[in-house]
Amino acid sequence: MARRDRLSGNEAVAEALRQIDPDVMPAFPITPSTEIPQYFSKFCANGQVHTEFIPVESEHSAMSAAIGAESAGARTVSATSSAGMAYMWEELYLASANRLPLVLALVNRALSGPININCDHSDSMGARDAGWIQIYAETNQEAYDNMVMAYRIAEAEGVHLPVMVCQDGFITSHAVQNILLMEDKEVKEFVGEYNPEHSLLDPNGVMSVGPYSITNYYMEARRAQAEALHNAKAVVKAVGEEFGRLTGRSYGWFEEYCMEDAEYAIVLIGSAAGTAKDAVDKLRAEGKKVGLIKIRMFRPFPGAEIAEALKNVKAVGLMDRTESFNDCAGPIGAEVSSALFRARHMCETINYVYGLGGRDVRVEDIEKVFEDLFDAAENGTADYYRYLGVRE
Amino acid sequence: MNNTVEIRWHGRGGQGAKTAALLLADVAFETGKFVQGFPEYGPERMGAPITAYNRISDKEIRVHSNIYEPDYVVVVDESLLEAVDVTAGLRKEGAVVVNTAKSVEEIRPLLRGYEGDVYVIDARTISIEALGRYFPNSPMLAAIVKVSGVMDRETFMTEMRGSYAHKFASKPEVIEGNMKALEMAFDAVN
Repeated sequence: MARRDRLSGNEAVAEALRQIDPDVMPAFPITPSTEIPQYFSKFCANGQVHTEFIPVESEHSAMSAAIGAESAGARTVSATSSAGMAYMWEELYLASANRLPLVLALVNRALSGPININCDHSDSMGARDAGWIQIYAETNQEAYDNMVMAYRIAEAEGVHLPVMVCQDGFITSHAVQNILLMEDKEVKEFVGEYNPEHSLLDPNGVMSVGPYSITNYYMEARRAQAEALHNAKAVVKAVGEEFGRLTGRSYGWFEEYCMEDAEYAIVLIGSAAGTAKDAVDKLRAEGKKVGLIKIRMFRPFPGAEIAEALKNVKAVGLMDRTESFNDCAGPIGAEVSSALFRARHMCETINYVYGLGGRDVRVEDIEKVFEDLFDAAENGTADYYRYLGVRE
Repeated sequence: MNNTVEIRWHGRGGQGAKTAALLLADVAFETGKFVQGFPEYGPERMGAPITAYNRISDKEIRVHSNIYEPDYVVVVDESLLEAVDVTAGLRKEGAVVVNTAKSVEEIRPLLRGYEGDVYVIDARTISIEALGRYFPNSPMLAAIVKVSGVMDRETFMTEMRGSYAHKFASKPEVIEGNMKALEMAFDAVN
């Protein structure tokens, strides 16, 4: 039986972790971290979990300790945000290259400067090529559900990769909203016991971790890692469907909202999708054929499938909550455009940068995007990379 | 979306406006509603103007933006009336509730032409009488529940007692004072 509750996104993820009861959580316990380790350390102190909580002196050490623990065969989690993640950078690549299925609860917040603590996706989008599986949430419910699913994906045969479970800073992390929680037993059964195929503490499978690899082998190692990330794709879908059979909430690579007959669509990630759904409903009520695609899994990127879902649209708005500083596109803009090109679907695209540093996104803002798309489908657009909601 | 009640709180850091918004979300949740309670984070320092928000609805709430056209506004600190346009976007069918010892007639001219209902409540006097100290958030919470009618008095009091029992588990001696503050405020707003 589901338990009806109201929790902030931080509380929801901490609650999922309490139910999962991982073996080790190294985390840097103060700003710029989140309330997630704070709530979770309380569960540790109260004896509600058996997890070894390691308060480290920095995020670089947090991820190093997580890599050590996971290499030893312990199911491991850490949590961070913004600059904290930036300080993990070097270790992020080691976690994925060493094929360690650890999980990072990431609350998406802007990177400085100017100094800003609010939501955007600069932190995780900067790490999009670090070899991690990246999963994003629109709501506290999705943040919770994604955390429950994370280890099943990370530890799956043929994957063995770390997973970043992302949610929007403050917008979902600090907002209290209704949520349905699973029973502890249900979560434990779904996640299962961790029996690592290889671990440093296995006396029968002696191995070395993190070796030096000269030009002879480096490229093959990277190729193998890319293969593992490819394998994750099917696993994310299968786990999302199994979760759906258990809870009634099914998850895929992305969500399509009113896309069946849509001629105009936007593609986005995170909490703004909820606001955008209200905008879609409003325009649908006026007879406009609009829809949206909310990307849940950004790594691996389901490009071909997104292109297929967009095959009937005349114009699409690609919404990036980060500035890539490449003078032509944000991550979603670049990757979806590339997928559309491969699929030979030449619709109009406009790539928007929006919501940086917590800039609010209103229903009216999304309506404005659709107005732009109506115009672009008719008249084309030269201004394909632009800002939404900025004062010029 | 018409059955969603939207409330905006204006307070100063340290007065508990954020806590009050989260408590309102709590009690509305307990009555079976869909709720949102969230603060707008800016510089976190004592005395700085802060804003917090509530949405309360019979339907699932999907929108994640701040609230620009609230049904109700709560002003936890009277001195904000000068610094902040508290009634900006406030629906004229709605109401503003101000913590002040002044009368409605004295407050209305400070509300930059707002045409809707204005309620005043002396949360300071109530808080000091009920709690012995100045914590305006409990009286203001009771006042906005009364004015908005999101739930009846009995349900509100029952749910708040449960909520305080949880929140003040380590200092149960403050529960009665807070309940008294709620009751006094609920009955004082008219």
